[in-house]
Amino acid sequence: MKEELFASGRNIPNIDPYLNIWHWQIPGYLFLGGLAAGILLFASFFTIMGKENKMEATVKKAPMIVPFALILGLFFLFLDLKHKLYFWQLYTTVRYESPMSWGAWVLMGITPLSILWAASYVRELFPKWDWKYDILKKSEKWLIANRILMAWPMGALAVILGIYTGILLSAFNARPLWNTSILGPLFLVSGMSTGAAVIMLMSKDHKEKKIIGRIDILLIVVELFFIIHLFMGFLAGSEVQINAANLFLGGKFTAPFFAFVVILGLIFPAVLEIFELKGYKVPIVVPAVLILLGGLIFRFLMVEAGQITRYLY
Amino acid sequence: MRYAMAIDTRKCVGCSDCVVACQTENNVPVGFCRDWVVEVVDGTYPNVSIELRTERCNHCDNSPCVRCCPTGASHFEDGGIVLVDHNKCIGCGACIQSCPYDARYSHPDGYVDKCTFCIHRVREGKNPACVSVCPTSCMHFGDLDDPNSEIVNVLKNRKFKSLAPEAGTKPQIFYLV
Amino acid sequence: MKEIAEKNGPESMALFNHGSSGRYFTQLLNAFGSTNITAPSFAQCRGPRDTGFELTFGESVSSPEVTDIRDTRCLVLIGSHIGENMHNGQVQEMSEAIDKGATIITVDPRLSTAASKSKYWLPIKPSTDMALLLSWIHVLIYDDLYNKEYIAKYAEGLDELKEHIRSFTPEWAYGITTIKPELIRNTAREMANAAPATIIHPGRHTTWYGDDVQRSRAIAILNALLGSWGNRGGIFLKEGIKVPEFPRPEYPKPKWSWQDTLNGRYPLAKESITNTIIEASIPAEGNTHQIKGWIVSGSNLVVAIPMKEQLMKAMQSLDLLVVVDTMPMEITGFADVVLPECTYLERYDDLRATAHREPTLALRMPAVEPMYETKPAWWIAKQIGERLGLGAYFNFTDFKEVLDWQLKQLGLSLNEMERIGVKKYARKTSAYILPDSDHHFKTASGKIQLSSKELEEFGFDAMPKYTAHAQPEEGFYRLIYGRAPMHTFSRTANNRNLVALMPENAVWVNPQVAELWGLKKDQYVWLKNQDGVVSNFSVKVRVTERIRWDSVYIVHGFGHHHKPLTYAFGRGVNDTELITNVMTDPIMGGTGMRGNFVTFLTDEPKKEAKL
Repeated sequence: MKEELFASGRNIPNIDPYLNIWHWQIPGYLFLGGLAAGILLFASFFTIMGKENKMEATVKKAPMIVPFALILGLFFLFLDLKHKLYFWQLYTTVRYESPMSWGAWVLMGITPLSILWAASYVRELFPKWDWKYDILKKSEKWLIANRILMAWPMGALAVILGIYTGILLSAFNARPLWNTSILGPLFLVSGMSTGAAVIMLMSKDHKEKKIIGRIDILLIVVELFFIIHLFMGFLAGSEVQINAANLFLGGKFTAPFFAFVVILGLIFPAVLEIFELKGYKVPIVVPAVLILLGGLIFRFLMVEAGQITRYLY
Repeated sequence: MRYAMAIDTRKCVGCSDCVVACQTENNVPVGFCRDWVVEVVDGTYPNVSIELRTERCNHCDNSPCVRCCPTGASHFEDGGIVLVDHNKCIGCGACIQSCPYDARYSHPDGYVDKCTFCIHRVREGKNPACVSVCPTSCMHFGDLDDPNSEIVNVLKNRKFKSLAPEAGTKPQIFYLV
Repeated sequence: MKEIAEKNGPESMALFNHGSSGRYFTQLLNAFGSTNITAPSFAQCRGPRDTGFELTFGESVSSPEVTDIRDTRCLVLIGSHIGENMHNGQVQEMSEAIDKGATIITVDPRLSTAASKSKYWLPIKPSTDMALLLSWIHVLIYDDLYNKEYIAKYAEGLDELKEHIRSFTPEWAYGITTIKPELIRNTAREMANAAPATIIHPGRHTTWYGDDVQRSRAIAILNALLGSWGNRGGIFLKEGIKVPEFPRPEYPKPKWSWQDTLNGRYPLAKESITNTIIEASIPAEGNTHQIKGWIVSGSNLVVAIPMKEQLMKAMQSLDLLVVVDTMPMEITGFADVVLPECTYLERYDDLRATAHREPTLALRMPAVEPMYETKPAWWIAKQIGERLGLGAYFNFTDFKEVLDWQLKQLGLSLNEMERIGVKKYARKTSAYILPDSDHHFKTASGKIQLSSKELEEFGFDAMPKYTAHAQPEEGFYRLIYGRAPMHTFSRTANNRNLVALMPENAVWVNPQVAELWGLKKDQYVWLKNQDGVVSNFSVKVRVTERIRWDSVYIVHGFGHHHKPLTYAFGRGVNDTELITNVMTDPIMGGTGMRGNFVTFLTDEPKKEAKL
């Protein structure tokens, strides 16, 4: 029998018996970031494709909530900080190797951009809105005229943001569950799927819903493929990675992961969407909400489980 | 200059003097620690072996904590000592997540804290507090670039290992076995 | 104290002490007219060893021990767990010995830290050490491995010994100890090969089974056969500096002393026995030497002394119980008067000049001012002394005067010592017995006593014999206790920093036993002993291969039941409360405490079952 124990020291709060330094704030932040990235990516894409008027919810309505999501996400990140008054230090330097720094800067870019984007559509959605000052009115005009110009960097930043939500975790090789490059694309796809869900919830146009629904089915299939790929990679990896995978394949995260993420959060909504496409009447709110919940729970599980996986002891 | 530590597991008795010395020297709050003692028991009675190890930050050459720090608070000092600048640390926890040794903790004051190799003592030419109090003299601290140092000498003559080398961090604490 | 002296005589005041503070209260009681001064460190700890070695070599191994571990080539530890027991000098020297490649042989039912550093671990069946020791003696003599020249020159009684151990072969010992004959022979050979640089360590806490003086005798005989005493790497000859005593009036002669309470028991006790003083404090018919008042300095008797009932009865019968200590503990809760003492970092103390490898003189001086209303023990003793009209015995205003006077006699001064701290002297005599020297041991005949005439005179066995001791019944396991390096006995259990290092003890259980009982790692259980005594609190299970299946192990000093001990209260189990069977050594009164057996209770027992 092998025994490994702390003869003295350690048993430090939030470090032992396993790491618990990131609580709800980080998964919340990752969820909102992914969701915002998804919406902005769709908005940019359909704008560049010249479909803004056919995809009203995608390009105009849904992006309205993005600034709020991003700011709330940043606020969550702020809540996670233990040395809050030093927050500004994030913006005194650019650390190329630090995903946290990347995230801070990407958000610094995409948040104002998303605000400008939303601003350019405010009057279209709320006709009574008045910008009051000439300078604002002039600016709005310029924004409306240059949406395509905004769409390109916004789309690019959205992809970076979406991937970043995964890379923030995957950059930590000390946490075997996170330490896989598939996490970036997986979180991007998952974020896009949650973005699509929001769009579907906000859309009143059946055609638009259908288009987004189709895309979403594709995204879910890709996501499932990535998840299988994730565990295959782990199982073919080192002992610590096998242990990490086993947390979800028989370990204590198995039930919530398969029930809430894989079945209720991915497969079931995908099936409902297929039925919808086939012409069956399905209230879209059901798959959309399930996808959103699944995406949220997925991030919570990944953050929590990842902290349990370690190299020593 | 490359500071490192070699710890003789054949001599360590796990008395924890190193833990107390560090806590006292560095004002580590009660309930926290920058170094600790691990006991590994292997085998089946009556063929049993024990390894006792005093552990701390490995001051890695390839430090994930320095890499992932978004503000540059975690940084290298001369001799490869990894330090946290408390006034730059925002307490995001990324470095804690990045350390395969779980050598870092969140100090009650907010910043992240860990072993400094007692850099304030080392700069005065003294050994780190843990090394200086060890009753078994099982710890050797020194400069790997100095061919005449005691640590180079023991590492030349003894078998040694490091912890979780597979994590790729190039740790600089060596355990003589 | 005055009232007690008027009613019962000054002899009715007793002192229990441990550590440097005891000296001042000893002086106080001696001046008062009592020599009833005792320390648990004798009858609960090192007494059997000291008596055994005195009977063999004419002197004990002292404290700190005169074992030359630094230069030894073979160190044999019998239940001694250096490294967990942090006698710092010995730990340092053992580490040096490991560096130099010394062979370590450890006899212990538990794989102690020291055992894990050993070339040989002999996981002996508890209580059978004597059989192993006798078989080692047998091998050394019958395989001609002993130091013949040394024995011929310095020892007497070899022939009797040879005859005595004829049948104690390794094969005989195997059946008793479960240690294979081959291993017994190999280890004996290792010892002989390294001799005389071999130490069969005398141990320290040796009050185990009531035949402990005899076991220590066997250890002493082994050392003699290997020629360790007086040889490099064995047991060196100590030398120290004699510090003159500060002038004082003669002490009054007490009418009676602790010896008078023994009624012929424990004839070879050279130091007083705590238990007989406790016994003498209980009023009983025929108790003509009644003790009425205690001063307890630096010893938490409640957790240190076995047979709790007797102790409680004694404490309830006292007219006065004064406790002097640096920290509150159980015993302070029983005190009529608590005198808070400052810690060793806040006071001057007696000069330390213990004889050892090198003569040294060491000064203790305050590093910081005392906190709160604590005072140095010398001050407390002096104040009481003055109020008792014994001021002449404390003829100084500050203890610094005493130190300075003593140091001046030695050609030094307090000023100088405060600067240097420790002064080392060159030896005047050799640390080892020189070849061709006419070394006289301090026994009556000047020779090592392989067979002890003194023991014979008092009707004890002249040479050690194996006695079978009781074994646990089914479902019970022998309770073994020991030390952890993080704590000092039970005294630091409420120290917040040390509690953070080690908050509680655990009961060590072999995996086979754990499986049998369905015990899981970190599960809490209650322990019940052979007399039905249930532990006050529950204790964590540690499932480990480090222990035999017939024994369990806990670290001493936990399970405090005094509520104001905020950090210590209710954490772990107190071994002392489970030690209700005490096997007293008839030779010197040591309280053998290893004959207790416990079983596990997985559910919290009902209150009334508790003591």
